[in-house]
Amino acid sequence: MITFDQIKKAVLVSVWFMFLTFPIMVIRVNPVERIVEWRWRNMLLIGVGSFILSFVWHYFIRRKELGTQKAEVGGEETIPLAQRILEKKAIYRPTLAVLGICALVFPFIFSLYQTNIMVTALIYVMLGLGLNIVVGLAGLLDLGYVAFYAVGAYAYALLNYHFGLSFWMVLPIGAALGATFGILLGFPVLRLRGDYLAIVTLGFGEIIRIILENWNEFSFGPSGIANIPRPSLLGIDLSVHAATIYIYYIMIGLCLFTIFVVNRLQDSRIGRAWIALREDETACQAMGIDKAKTKLTAFALGATWAGMSGVVFAAKTTFVNPASFTIWESIIILCIVVLGGMGSILGVIAGALVLILMPEYLRAFSEFRMLAFGVLLVVMMVFRPGGLIPNVRRTYKFEGVTETKKG
Amino acid sequence: MDYFLELFLGGLTRGSIYALIALGYTMVYGIIELINFAHGEIYMIGAFTALIVISVLTLMGMNTIAILVIAGVIAVIYSAAYGYTVEKIAYKPLRNAPRLSALISAIGMSLFLQNYVLLAQTSDFLPFPNLIPDFEFMEPYAHIIGSTEIVILITTAIVMVLLTIMIKFTNIGKAMRAASQDKTMSMLVGINVNHVISVTFVVGSATAAIGGVLIASHVGMINFYVGFIAGIKAFVAAVLGGIGSIPGAVLGSFVLGWTESFATGYVSSDYEDVFAFLFLVLILIFRPQGILGRSEKHKL
Repeated sequence: MITFDQIKKAVLVSVWFMFLTFPIMVIRVNPVERIVEWRWRNMLLIGVGSFILSFVWHYFIRRKELGTQKAEVGGEETIPLAQRILEKKAIYRPTLAVLGICALVFPFIFSLYQTNIMVTALIYVMLGLGLNIVVGLAGLLDLGYVAFYAVGAYAYALLNYHFGLSFWMVLPIGAALGATFGILLGFPVLRLRGDYLAIVTLGFGEIIRIILENWNEFSFGPSGIANIPRPSLLGIDLSVHAATIYIYYIMIGLCLFTIFVVNRLQDSRIGRAWIALREDETACQAMGIDKAKTKLTAFALGATWAGMSGVVFAAKTTFVNPASFTIWESIIILCIVVLGGMGSILGVIAGALVLILMPEYLRAFSEFRMLAFGVLLVVMMVFRPGGLIPNVRRTYKFEGVTETKKG
Repeated sequence: MDYFLELFLGGLTRGSIYALIALGYTMVYGIIELINFAHGEIYMIGAFTALIVISVLTLMGMNTIAILVIAGVIAVIYSAAYGYTVEKIAYKPLRNAPRLSALISAIGMSLFLQNYVLLAQTSDFLPFPNLIPDFEFMEPYAHIIGSTEIVILITTAIVMVLLTIMIKFTNIGKAMRAASQDKTMSMLVGINVNHVISVTFVVGSATAAIGGVLIASHVGMINFYVGFIAGIKAFVAAVLGGIGSIPGAVLGSFVLGWTESFATGYVSSDYEDVFAFLFLVLILIFRPQGILGRSEKHKL
């Protein structure tokens, strides 16, 4: 199975990586105290690790190539597991019911801490679903998505501070503001293609953050705004515990609403226009789709959800400052969409839960979190670009037609 | 007037550093049409490697000029090696994939390299020794421009000239130009495109490393995050000039350097990064192909 050539290759790879990582991994300097620390053990680890990983890497590359060959020959198309489950109502419905009951009783079984984490995860589900509209459906890589999240959060914080508006009043305002900013960003980037778009949106996100940080009279600068009230239930102020549970249910409700809307959008005229735009801009225009309008609605609708989840975020943490809205936040949300499967609602939900809950429960490895995200993005793109639960194209089956006429 | 001149030269220095990084972006983009997001990180790794080498050699008690040269050479070698490896792992398997995939993979690589340095080294800012001596003949002008700035300007000019010669007159340069025009066609005439792409990454990374060492000794401190911002700025410069065009990248870098220098000097230093991005947005609205770029026509 393993030939001599492969071993030779793996040895070369491991030597190369030992060379490559030598200065950074082995030597650590402290220029202030003029101490040099040599960590030879790391070199050994790198050598052995890259030797093994080289085999794994080549194995998967070969498998992938075999897969594409099979697809080219025209072999049987395998239906993904998730899709098969979705199609069988006998399994699908009870699973959904069990999940629903679990979600409803969650805050009464688990502690406040767990509920809080779950609320965070749900906020990311919503953000992921929102970004999924822009990246997954319309194929516009938006790296400044966190800006809309910040707009929502600051909308609640500032409107409450100056005018005393309540959570429920700001929620639609935050959504509307998100959409407005989405269109505002959309206009200048209408003519740009993928890569330019990524960099301009990234710049937009940074501009919003820098303005929030420096415009002290408006946003109170880096110190942020504290003492934002939690949502009240019918005018009654709740205790911290009750308010967290309340927010949890609000989030469950909002997520269901998001899923419903995104699902309906996907199959609507505008949703199909987005997918067409993602696949081929020129052909899409030739079919009579208004490119500008389609792109703008994608930005606006994507940003709406970010605006809303921003409001919930501000209400949950009762404190906002610009440090919560860095570019890395955008990249984490992008990771959620990519890991789950671009364009797939179920995938994005799974992606958000995995990426947000995992680091919370694996606290010991928390420092490796961003490193792992980086690896994840590369590996997913190379080996499984469709994501964990890939989006399945709607196909039409003609039941009863067994033979196709050949003419 | 002196203030103006100081800002002008400051902008020029800034611009030349951006140019060294922007060249890598624009060369890679010219050939495989991919924003190499990890390029800024390659530059950061170059600076870090140089810092490590300098620290070790200083403890061994070598003289300053020798240290500077050795550290520079090792930084260039390592950055080139990283550039080569990054291409092999993150971009080569995605050569025929949709562009969005390659872009996301590049972002992942950037994230990985940053955190790799963060975990293996430190998150603190490390002081970077200024090894470039103060020249005596520069004394009368010291209030306008320092010796480090002069070295940066001269080095950048030399690198530009060498690069132009390489692209204009050598075989590999010709192959690069051919591959950037039409990859399939150049394969048909016997150019090993994979090899050309590797060389592009190696050359781009090497110039970035030179920029990394120079700016680190200019600013005097580095951490794992310096690459990201510098990378974004350099990319903005490349887009300004017209991505894919090498003179464009240099021009765009100078324009960006001056914009930032004058804007921070005359308006406000709080919004330094905002100016760069605003400028980018304005350019992209009114001239999406950049200052020197050719407008692309899509054929069906």
